[in-house]
Amino acid sequence: MTDATAPGAVPSGAGQGSLLARDTRTAKRNAAEGRFKIYGLVAVCIGIAALIVLLTSILTSGLSAFRQTTIDMQVTLDEERLDPSGARDYDEMARVTTFGYAPLLRDGLQATIAAAGIEADLDPGDAMDLISDESIAQLRNRVLDNPDLVGQTIDLTVLASGRIDGFYKGRVSYASAELDSNVSPEQLRLAEALEERGALRTGLDWRFLTAPDASDTRPEAAGLGVAILGSAYMMLIVLVLALPIGVAASIYLEEFAPQNRWTDLIEVNISNLAAVPSIVFGILGLAIFINFAGLPQSAPIVGGLVLTLMTLPTIIIATRAALKAVPPSIRDAALGLGASKMQSVFHHVLPLAMPGILTGTIIGLAQALGETAPLLLIGMVAFVREYPDTPLDGGFFDPATALPVQVFNWTQRSDPAFVERASGAIIVLLAFLLLMNLTAVFLRRRFERRW
Amino acid sequence: MQVSFILLSLAAIGALAFVTARHRAIASVGGDARRLHSLPIYYGLNGSIMALVPALALLVAWMLVQPLFLDGAIRSDLSDSVLPEGSAMGLVVSDVRRVAEGLESGPLAQSFIAGDFADATPEEVGRMLVRGGTALGAPLTRPVLDAAMEYRTTSRTLRWIMGIAVLAVAVIGAAVAIHRSEGSYRARNVVETGMLGLLMVSASIAILTTLGIVMSMLFETANFFSQYPFTRFFFNTTWQPSFSGRGGASELGILPLLWGTLYISLIALIVAVPIGLFSAIYLSEYAGRAFRSVAKPTIEILAGIPTIVYGLFALITVGPLLRDAIASPLGLGNSASSVMTAGLVMGIMLIPFVSSLSDDIINAVPQAMRDGSLGLGATKSETIRMVIVPAALPGIVGAVLLAASRAIGETMIVVLGAGAAARLDLNPFEAMTTVTVKIVSQLTGDTDFNSPETLVAFALGLTLFVITLGLNVLALFIVRKYREQYE
Repeated sequence: MTDATAPGAVPSGAGQGSLLARDTRTAKRNAAEGRFKIYGLVAVCIGIAALIVLLTSILTSGLSAFRQTTIDMQVTLDEERLDPSGARDYDEMARVTTFGYAPLLRDGLQATIAAAGIEADLDPGDAMDLISDESIAQLRNRVLDNPDLVGQTIDLTVLASGRIDGFYKGRVSYASAELDSNVSPEQLRLAEALEERGALRTGLDWRFLTAPDASDTRPEAAGLGVAILGSAYMMLIVLVLALPIGVAASIYLEEFAPQNRWTDLIEVNISNLAAVPSIVFGILGLAIFINFAGLPQSAPIVGGLVLTLMTLPTIIIATRAALKAVPPSIRDAALGLGASKMQSVFHHVLPLAMPGILTGTIIGLAQALGETAPLLLIGMVAFVREYPDTPLDGGFFDPATALPVQVFNWTQRSDPAFVERASGAIIVLLAFLLLMNLTAVFLRRRFERRW
Repeated sequence: MQVSFILLSLAAIGALAFVTARHRAIASVGGDARRLHSLPIYYGLNGSIMALVPALALLVAWMLVQPLFLDGAIRSDLSDSVLPEGSAMGLVVSDVRRVAEGLESGPLAQSFIAGDFADATPEEVGRMLVRGGTALGAPLTRPVLDAAMEYRTTSRTLRWIMGIAVLAVAVIGAAVAIHRSEGSYRARNVVETGMLGLLMVSASIAILTTLGIVMSMLFETANFFSQYPFTRFFFNTTWQPSFSGRGGASELGILPLLWGTLYISLIALIVAVPIGLFSAIYLSEYAGRAFRSVAKPTIEILAGIPTIVYGLFALITVGPLLRDAIASPLGLGNSASSVMTAGLVMGIMLIPFVSSLSDDIINAVPQAMRDGSLGLGATKSETIRMVIVPAALPGIVGAVLLAASRAIGETMIVVLGAGAAARLDLNPFEAMTTVTVKIVSQLTGDTDFNSPETLVAFALGLTLFVITLGLNVLALFIVRKYREQYE
């Protein structure tokens, strides 16, 4: 007699009704099943929603950084003020500071206001606050570079000041201007009047991508030029160092390394380095490259070296996977035809593994491009206005900043206009990352072979 | 002798050695390359390698040792009496080095060679140097200037000796290789041994990096503990560095920082683990092919976003939202940066990390176990809860530990989202700070490398390194042990 036929073995809760009718327990189990499935779906949706919220929040606050409010005006470059000697000598003209140029712009603005027929009850000094201080410096540089302009009347498009710019981007309103010591409602009214007459407009402006950083009080002029250049230099260094070293290390480990303690040690080290917090690499860079080797602070060369060390494990792991994917028959065929082991690897295995290696390298570079913490420690957070030289002139040793560090730098400033700049910089960073990842996907799709 | 000139000369010698060695090998067999032991290119490569590798090794070694040697020389030159009040030896030494560089490369270089300033006072020279773009820590004094002149002459002489030595080594190497290039010489074997050596050196850079990390932090940490007792570092509950008053006035206890780190990581894990785990289960067990092929890469995009982006997100969106919607109305605090802000955002960052690791582990559970459970009448969710998750549990624990180590070492999110106040508090809507935030704040800006306030960052870094390393090793151990069960 088996348990199955024993009457007592029938579970009390089940089997009382027909198989076709649902009993309460089945209903409960099915409900639990449905709930469980919904939990999973909700989790996936939370993940996707988080991504969408993150991206929209950055996009909405950052896209306006690519637009800029400018004012068109005519400026008479008065010889009396700019070059009293009349000799057009650079050193003489350089003695006229921005204070000498400000009245020219002020008069130009007044003339524009008058020509537009606007009756403003602002004194010229307050009206002048519509114009960014940076524009005065830009005008001075333009005149110094091109002394023949002195004495002429030129058409000039100048940046509007940060608050006026903010007015057109929704950061500043009449209500907030009442409370703000940096801008008054009258100035906003003047700006609106100028806009009606077509002298002031807000439009796309690529200077955000090319201009260098600007000081705390001039958010409207701050740009990413130095940061993009610094990041590009570092990526170049990472590429030149990490790709050959990473490939060489992977070839050794995958093709030649004997099974011994030393090899084990290398393997353990690589997998651990991949998980070391990035800030620890910054400490390494500070202690070894700057304090010990005496390399300059804030220089792309130090950043490049630190990022190289960080990227190496990624590249090594990807390269080893690519080498592993090349079937042994290729090696056997090469060896069978009389190639040496080294020849079989360099002439046959490596070229076949190249798409996988490049994909891994690009992904490693993308990681390095977004890395911030180690760069803070090696001084790249400094305020840098000068573009670094070209690499051939020692530009790797000039001070520069990097894209993600520039973002951090801007978040530390008090003027809310810098939040827009920081978000705009993030958009640029994400655009570069997207481009790199798409290249990697393309390479993989186009060239990867499956055996 | 300029380093760039040395490098160019080396390149020329290498190229010449390549051509000559190849030519000589072919000539030695009467132009019939088939009678050579190796292909002609290997004779050329052998020439280049023999010329360049020893010379470059010497160059690198020399450039590493020379500054150490010169620093030692300066230190013995300058007696303690020349130290200005309250200044450290290291600062004076770096001043000497900067003055020497200014004399060497600044606009003054030419006139100095002519000896024009023999009787100028140090102050005048200092002013001229500053105008030439050299930054000086302290006004130039006679002993420092003398030491700088001495430094400059010595380093010039050493540079010349180095250049000659390096080029001589290159020429000798090339000559030996060219001399050996004859038909019977096994050039390919030599070249391949050399290449294998290079490959091995590249692979060993990983070990060097680890060594560099550990050594740099150990040295500075030892330095720190010689100035600050380690019992106070590990057991003190206040963190109050003072930058104005040197020495004993600072309270550098790690406990508030560790508390902030662990609290934020805990919140991050509470967010990330359920969401990540349920996503992984849904995507691997329930989702259809089409949904999966869209949702999985979308979630993984989160892993490719740099942490500074999450930091900015915390700063401009999540922080103000939490403050205005929850913290302020409930009277829990009015700070936008808080443990909750940083924890939530870090949790989002960790979702793809947990989900893709768990996904791999769930997929590794053999199909037979699912089939067995379903065959016995269990529903899908019962199978997952009773069979798959228990079977995958060690792997999931490993994934959670890896995520925890990631959370503890994360920097930018907490720098922008958690605040800078070190406190031991339970309220998650208060600003707190972490180990990584303090490493950044102690090491950025103008820092004096001999004060405990700066050196403490290295002790913090070492603590962080040890904790994350421990978690990683534990996680890998658990994951590996689990994997073996089904293979």
